[in-house]
Amino acid sequence: MTSATFPPSPPENTSWSRYFGFNTDAKVIGIQYIVTAFFFFLIGGLLAMIIRGELITPPADLVDRTVYNGIYTMHGTIMLFLFIFPVLNGLNNLLIPTMIGAPDMAFPRLNAVAFWLVPIFGALLIGSFFVPGGPAYSGWWSYPPVSTQNPLGHFINGQGLWITAVALSGVSSIMGAINFVTTILRMRAPGMGFFRMPVYCWTALAAQSLQLIGLPALTGGAVMLLMDLSFGTSFYQPEGGGDPVLYQHFFWFYSHPAVYVIILPVFGIFSELFPVYSRKPLFGYVYVCLASFIIVALGLVVWVHHMFPSGVAQWMRNFFMFSTMLIAVPTGVKVFAWLGTIWRGKLRLTTPMLFCLGGLFNFVFAGITGIMLATVPVDIHVSNTYFVVGHFHYVIYGAAVMGIFAAIYHWFPKFIGRMPYEGLGKLHFLLTFIGANLNFLPMHPLGLMGMPRRVSSYDPEFAFWNVLASLGAFLLGVSIIPFLLNMVSAWVRGPKAPHNPWNAIGLEWLLPSPPPEDNFGEHVPTVISRPYGYGTGEPLVEHQAEIENQLTLEEARA
Amino acid sequence: MTATPHLNTEHPKHNLTGFIIFLCSESVIFLAFFSGFALLKTAALNWLPPGVEGLEWRTPLLNTVVLISSSGTIWLAERCMSKGNLVGFRAFWLLTMALGAYFLYGQAVEWGGLQFGFTSGVFGGTFYLLTGFHGLHVATGVFLMGLMLVKSFIPQNYAGGEQGVQATSLFWHFVDVIWIILFVLLYVWQRS
Repeated sequence: MTSATFPPSPPENTSWSRYFGFNTDAKVIGIQYIVTAFFFFLIGGLLAMIIRGELITPPADLVDRTVYNGIYTMHGTIMLFLFIFPVLNGLNNLLIPTMIGAPDMAFPRLNAVAFWLVPIFGALLIGSFFVPGGPAYSGWWSYPPVSTQNPLGHFINGQGLWITAVALSGVSSIMGAINFVTTILRMRAPGMGFFRMPVYCWTALAAQSLQLIGLPALTGGAVMLLMDLSFGTSFYQPEGGGDPVLYQHFFWFYSHPAVYVIILPVFGIFSELFPVYSRKPLFGYVYVCLASFIIVALGLVVWVHHMFPSGVAQWMRNFFMFSTMLIAVPTGVKVFAWLGTIWRGKLRLTTPMLFCLGGLFNFVFAGITGIMLATVPVDIHVSNTYFVVGHFHYVIYGAAVMGIFAAIYHWFPKFIGRMPYEGLGKLHFLLTFIGANLNFLPMHPLGLMGMPRRVSSYDPEFAFWNVLASLGAFLLGVSIIPFLLNMVSAWVRGPKAPHNPWNAIGLEWLLPSPPPEDNFGEHVPTVISRPYGYGTGEPLVEHQAEIENQLTLEEARA
Repeated sequence: MTATPHLNTEHPKHNLTGFIIFLCSESVIFLAFFSGFALLKTAALNWLPPGVEGLEWRTPLLNTVVLISSSGTIWLAERCMSKGNLVGFRAFWLLTMALGAYFLYGQAVEWGGLQFGFTSGVFGGTFYLLTGFHGLHVATGVFLMGLMLVKSFIPQNYAGGEQGVQATSLFWHFVDVIWIILFVLLYVWQRS
């Protein structure tokens, strides 16, 4: 490679219009995913505000009980299927090709189709608010027999639309998973063996493998549910010989691993960001990589812990209790690796680092309550109470969403080409961290006291903790304002970003900001070391100094 | 500085890798249906609907023989293709398509003579779900084979066609293996 041909030219079309049409560039699709996901995040968040508004006082005085059931069902469904999976697919689209030095995904057109299914099933789900009988009201897990009752007799009903949307989301995610896995396996830069691959790619590979194994089971189960609901079969109807618990097996075989599909890429984000902002190599790189696949293997044999009170055999309870607890081992390996990375590092408390530290704190807390929940007697005691809701939200919002915010602040300059504002970012972090803890911490005492979930009215003895939780929720709602303000204003008129504003190591930081359409094009550099050589001065690729000089010269000229 | 030419990332090797990954996830759907079938059957008090004695196994057995032979003919077709014998490829490929179509015909005849429907309890539901979903795969396989046959007549598509032939053949073997498991579950394991 000669440095004279580097860097490649900037993207030809940089107008806004390319984000609104069918485009096969993974970076455009990535941003399409993320923006669409945040649109649905606002809708899901609005529903959460209604839920916490209802629960701020003991009586059911804000919305009708059936409407309330529909609202919490849709809140969960939208947040999982329309926000968190799409936003992670967006990050995968941005990061995987640029991190491994590929020009695009392995199947660019399939990639675009997978994205465009998201607004379609989003419209189906949001549209279900307007059909007779309103949206699905059986919770985001849609257990039969509640979900197979069709009191109105309409062919198109909220529950039917829910099942169709979930099945479509499965199809979209499987398409995405095939693409991500093929890309990582087949399109790495010369010299990038598996043990020179960034941890984010390892975790994405692990998470997408889980999608491929778990999702078809849910899709199959959902097809059978739709047939029971709409065509009168009896897969889950005891009166026709069916078994409602079978659905729970299908559902949780996917939906428990789904938590790892969400949290594994966030582990990847932590592993990328802690070394950058601590100026130290990632501690225990190989173990962090391998732990991801141990989590995948164990994650596939834990689903019954969601069914301890559903009448499963005692031996199954014991087996799944131990397999669930074992997950703490590879997860602990990762946590210690991050702590080892931060330990005696030169910490820079930028917005992405703050979100990582906050996310790690919340994740450790969620891990502790997770071990409590894995224990059969505790689980049976607190099952269907707010304890579970608190644990779950600590994982998803406290750790995963905070990790996603960290990733957005960290890679925004690379893919948008402009710097986000630190002040607004820090305000966003502060409101999020306080809001999340104020919202989700009180749910634990509420659950231990016995407050059931999925209710719109409750005994006044639960009022104190509920007021705190609602105030936290409103604070979380407010925290989105500085975030949106930051993103929009930085995108429109933020300061221009250099190619490597955080002084990070990784192939993506050897590209101009924003990267050209085919990334490195024909000039993919040869990788000669691991991507975490902070403080060692070890170059990542051949001719690294020449590439960096060329990029800096270009920036100075522009 | 000149713009770098856009790279064609849809490399044939990626296609086959992607297709194999797709088949892995397909097998999980079937595995879900099979395990659901086994769970429902072992737990059910009344498995067969009233008036139904069991499934007749002669027609499906003939169908099984037909499908297994088609796996052989598609292998022969692929071999001809790799040796550059396009005529032989087309002959065995057509034969495979005919066997696939015969399987679908046999399935339709069987469905037509059955005493129970899709909604006849859990037995009817699982029977039609399993055979229907598998039949859909057979039909897809026959369609794909037709597509590849047409492609084999376009000279410049030959390389791409070969790629498609490999994928279609893999798909066909997959459908075949699924049927063998299905046959054992539905027709051999009739008494629990």
